[in-house]
Amino acid sequence: MSDAKTITLTIEGRQVSVPEGTSILEAAKAAGVLVPHYCYHPGLPVAGVCRMCLVEVEKAPKLAPACATAVADGQVVHVHSGKALEARKGVLEFLLINHPLDCPICDQAGECELQDYTFAEGRSEGRLIEPKRFNPVEDFGGDVMYVTNRCILCTRCVRFMDDVAQEPVLNVSERGDRAVIGKFEGQDLTHPWSGNVVDLCPVGALLSKDFLNKARAWELDRAASVCPSCTQGCNTMVETRDNMVVRLRPRPNEDVNKYFMCDHGRLNYRWMNRPDRLEAPLVRQGDRLVATEWEGAITAAARALSGKRVHAVVSPSLSNEALFLVSRILERTQGAGSFRVERGAEAPLPGVEDLALRADRAANVIGAEMLGFQRSETPLAGLRGGDALLVVDADPSVLDANDLTRAASVVVVGTTLPEALRMAAAVLPIANMVEEEGTFTNLRGRVQRFLQARAAPGMARPSWWALGDLLAALGEPGNYLLASAVFDALAAARSEFAGMSYDSLGLRGLPVLTPSPVAR
Amino acid sequence: MGFPHKSHPKETPVLSTHFGDPEARSLSGWRARGGYRALEQALGMSPADIVNVVKDSGLRGRGGAGFPTGLKWSFMKPGDGKPHYLCCNADESEPGTFKDREIMRWTPHALIEGCAIASYAIGAETCYIYIRGEFTEPLRTVGAALDEAYRDGILGKSAMGTGKRVDMYIHKGAGAYICGEETALMNSIEGRRGTPRIKPPFPAVAGVFGQPTTINNVETLAAVPHILTNGAEWYKKMSSSSPKSTGTKLFSVCGNIARPGNYEVVMGFPFRDFLHDMCGGARPGHTLKAVIPGGSSVPIQTMQEAEATLMDYEGFVANGSMLGSGGVIVFDDSVCMVRMIARLARFYAHESCAQCTQCREGTAWVTKIMERIERGGGTMHDLDTLLELSENMTGKTICVLSDSCAAPVVSGIQKFRHEFEAHIAGKRCPMRSAAAA
Amino acid sequence: MSAGEMGAVHAESHAAHGGAGHPHREEYRPVFTGAVRAELDSVMTRYPTKMAALLPALWMVQRERGWVSEDAMTEVAQVLDLTPAYVKGVVTFYTMYHQHPVGRYFIQVCTTSPCGACGAEDVVRAFLEHTGTRELGVTSPDGKFTVIEVECLGACGFATPVMVNEEFHESVTPDRVADILSKLE
Repeated sequence: MSDAKTITLTIEGRQVSVPEGTSILEAAKAAGVLVPHYCYHPGLPVAGVCRMCLVEVEKAPKLAPACATAVADGQVVHVHSGKALEARKGVLEFLLINHPLDCPICDQAGECELQDYTFAEGRSEGRLIEPKRFNPVEDFGGDVMYVTNRCILCTRCVRFMDDVAQEPVLNVSERGDRAVIGKFEGQDLTHPWSGNVVDLCPVGALLSKDFLNKARAWELDRAASVCPSCTQGCNTMVETRDNMVVRLRPRPNEDVNKYFMCDHGRLNYRWMNRPDRLEAPLVRQGDRLVATEWEGAITAAARALSGKRVHAVVSPSLSNEALFLVSRILERTQGAGSFRVERGAEAPLPGVEDLALRADRAANVIGAEMLGFQRSETPLAGLRGGDALLVVDADPSVLDANDLTRAASVVVVGTTLPEALRMAAAVLPIANMVEEEGTFTNLRGRVQRFLQARAAPGMARPSWWALGDLLAALGEPGNYLLASAVFDALAAARSEFAGMSYDSLGLRGLPVLTPSPVAR
Repeated sequence: MGFPHKSHPKETPVLSTHFGDPEARSLSGWRARGGYRALEQALGMSPADIVNVVKDSGLRGRGGAGFPTGLKWSFMKPGDGKPHYLCCNADESEPGTFKDREIMRWTPHALIEGCAIASYAIGAETCYIYIRGEFTEPLRTVGAALDEAYRDGILGKSAMGTGKRVDMYIHKGAGAYICGEETALMNSIEGRRGTPRIKPPFPAVAGVFGQPTTINNVETLAAVPHILTNGAEWYKKMSSSSPKSTGTKLFSVCGNIARPGNYEVVMGFPFRDFLHDMCGGARPGHTLKAVIPGGSSVPIQTMQEAEATLMDYEGFVANGSMLGSGGVIVFDDSVCMVRMIARLARFYAHESCAQCTQCREGTAWVTKIMERIERGGGTMHDLDTLLELSENMTGKTICVLSDSCAAPVVSGIQKFRHEFEAHIAGKRCPMRSAAAA
Repeated sequence: MSAGEMGAVHAESHAAHGGAGHPHREEYRPVFTGAVRAELDSVMTRYPTKMAALLPALWMVQRERGWVSEDAMTEVAQVLDLTPAYVKGVVTFYTMYHQHPVGRYFIQVCTTSPCGACGAEDVVRAFLEHTGTRELGVTSPDGKFTVIEVECLGACGFATPVMVNEEFHESVTPDRVADILSKLE
């Protein structure tokens, strides 16, 4: 790449230099100029069919499609000239003549490129007198429904299934204005990554059945996050309405997931809203757990752990910050920690290198291993008689009642209280991952931040806060007021993370300095 | 010889010499008429020399675009290590055009010989002759001629005993006008929807199966043997006008004309003589009103424009239209121009491949407006809308199907506006009898 | 739009087209066996890719079965390593592939402008009348005829050209229609 020739051209009066072979559209992006477009998508092969990105290139006889025209030295490109604007206005009018204009009941409204460009550059009134074309809604299978009448035939969905998913189950059927996106009877959009066609659709033609009618786009709050459903670490946007997570969508990251996320990750969000959460700290009073304030609960938890070897059973989806603090507790008590990982079938996205729904269905397996936790099918096996047991949001299915009898005392830090742990001395309620911020380390050792997307219930605190206070109560000097401070301490303590900070990670993450210890 | 009528004395039969002669169809008959001598001659020449002769002849593509044939062949780089392909465009579908059909019907070996010479000149071992599915008779005649040529060793592993492989296959279309567009044709050969491709890359760089490809029209290829036999100078001299238009051209004539058929004239022949003398002019009791001279995709000419035209690439442009494919559609005073244009628009709407927005939506919308005007439901405002839509459909898409729909609409409104206005003012088609309306 | 409505729409289009999954349909007999399979294998040698044999393969299906059913598309897809959806996209692009059964005699009358100017619509009317089909695209009750208007057949000088299956008739006028039909058994 470094020896590629550089081309310098002028776009909307701005000079820009880009590698040879770059399209005018991408060069314009680099110059900070948006060329309106529909069929073009950086993650798909170029089609050049919507004709929305026509731009005026000085000395060229015709307007050029910016997506399919390579830059040339000295080119002078006008995106907003009269000719280009007229052409786009024409395309918009053609796209709208058969469009139902049913924005009030369309899920895409508010995040629709047809609305946006029409608002910006379209005609103020329609000229079509004739009846509009009509086609029924189709169920495409999977999570996808096709509202044919809204389709602008950009073919992004077809190209995704053909070239990225490499399972050509969609087609363009018929021709002329009878053309629609089609599929074959009995062959649905069941590919594990097919939900991406909904995101790729620039209009409201392909919709998520799961999200259907749940919210208007403008009612949503969005937070940058990382998918917790496997070790791939796809960058996501968590979208909430009234503090409820209603949709997960991929957030572009060239180094991890390009523009995509799998259906498993996309639809695995209901647990984030589960109502049966721990909302207050609990301490043991005789045979009962009673709610209390945080200070008393931390004191009780510290008392239950101190003076004993601590064995920790943790969730492999805890943040690096939480796991680091647990590891500090274990170091102070010469204890050990382990975790179990839920497994599932791996499902790659063939068109993107090293992108798959991974068999390890937890976000931070690598982070946990790097911080010294042992992966085990029986994480309680290391619990010795007389140990204190610290359970941090671990899957209840690993908690065998017979093993638990070996524990001298039990402290629970978690989002819920499993039945088997009702004998705990203290229970500290924590936020789940969308209720706090933190970092995960993905299977390639990339450390990525996730932000808080919703408020935690009741008195629940971020995991790093609860564990930081517990660590302090056990005698460790210092206290943490921010997740970033915990991460700074982690970066100072661990050579793999040396020099990293929330600022340097940004929202797209950085790889750890040494190769990940285990790559699965 | 013209067909189906006798040759007119003012015609210059080259390609059409044997039209109507069933014996010319067989290999023996073709040989007896001098066939395959040009191929033999070509095989004794270097490919570069053949390309130069064709360049010197001034032969230009007869499919519609008029690109210089020798120049097109010269884009094929010898020794690039890639398989080269020749595609013969026999998808003749442009309304008004039926000349390639006659070449294939009567002189299939002329086409095969032309293809074989071209294949040798561009270093292609495989040639696909893409014949539209509706051409059942040409499919049979060319198929039979190919069988003969294989049996005789003209084609195959060692074509004409040269040790060079030249394979030639028919690829049968299945009902899509747009497959006459060269890159759509290539997609169709590859087993895809016949959608035109974005250029560049041009076919000479990445054509069928992504390999260097030359694509020529039937008439173009059929002219090549004559050029080799008689020389570039001979061909160049067959022109009575512009030096940029050489040789003879087959014109198909149809519509409201006394003697429809194919006529072969030298480039630059006066269109007035052609229409009134050669083709017999209007049917008795009628007068001619309009001509679409180059297949339905070119602008309509008024009779005044047509009668001032010299029939070559430049002559038609100078008089408000284009030579196109040489399909001359004649309308007399019995037809309603609004109706004819509406029907043409419907053709393009039916044939749009659906890729580009302007074409997919525009052709259908223009059709609806044209049909409404024809029924008497139009307004003067519709004419402005049609012109604006046509502007938005011109020069903005991957191929020119959209432009082709706009051309007759725009030229029709410009040149026959009174007919549109009469429909609008009278709220019905003035040419239909009261009983029919 | 409720899920129920969507389902109803789906079922309706399904029944109308008699597509795959119809409870009483006959078992599908593959086209590409024996000599037809050998023919396709030979065609495949003409092209560097299997996909390129798609149009020829669909022509063979239509020759053998009279139309291209969804089952046939599935078979073609299997034979050529394509997906049925891909094959269907191609089938629906080309108007000469019948996606539904048609009459034993499929009659196509060119009505594009050059023929339209020469009275093609009267020819269409004559065919509709004499075949008893009455409507374009509808098969006559005896299953014998289907008449459609077709776009330019490329024989404009022979207005009006008419195709009856593979047979091309030139310069057809309404008064010749009865004669043409009488020669069809």
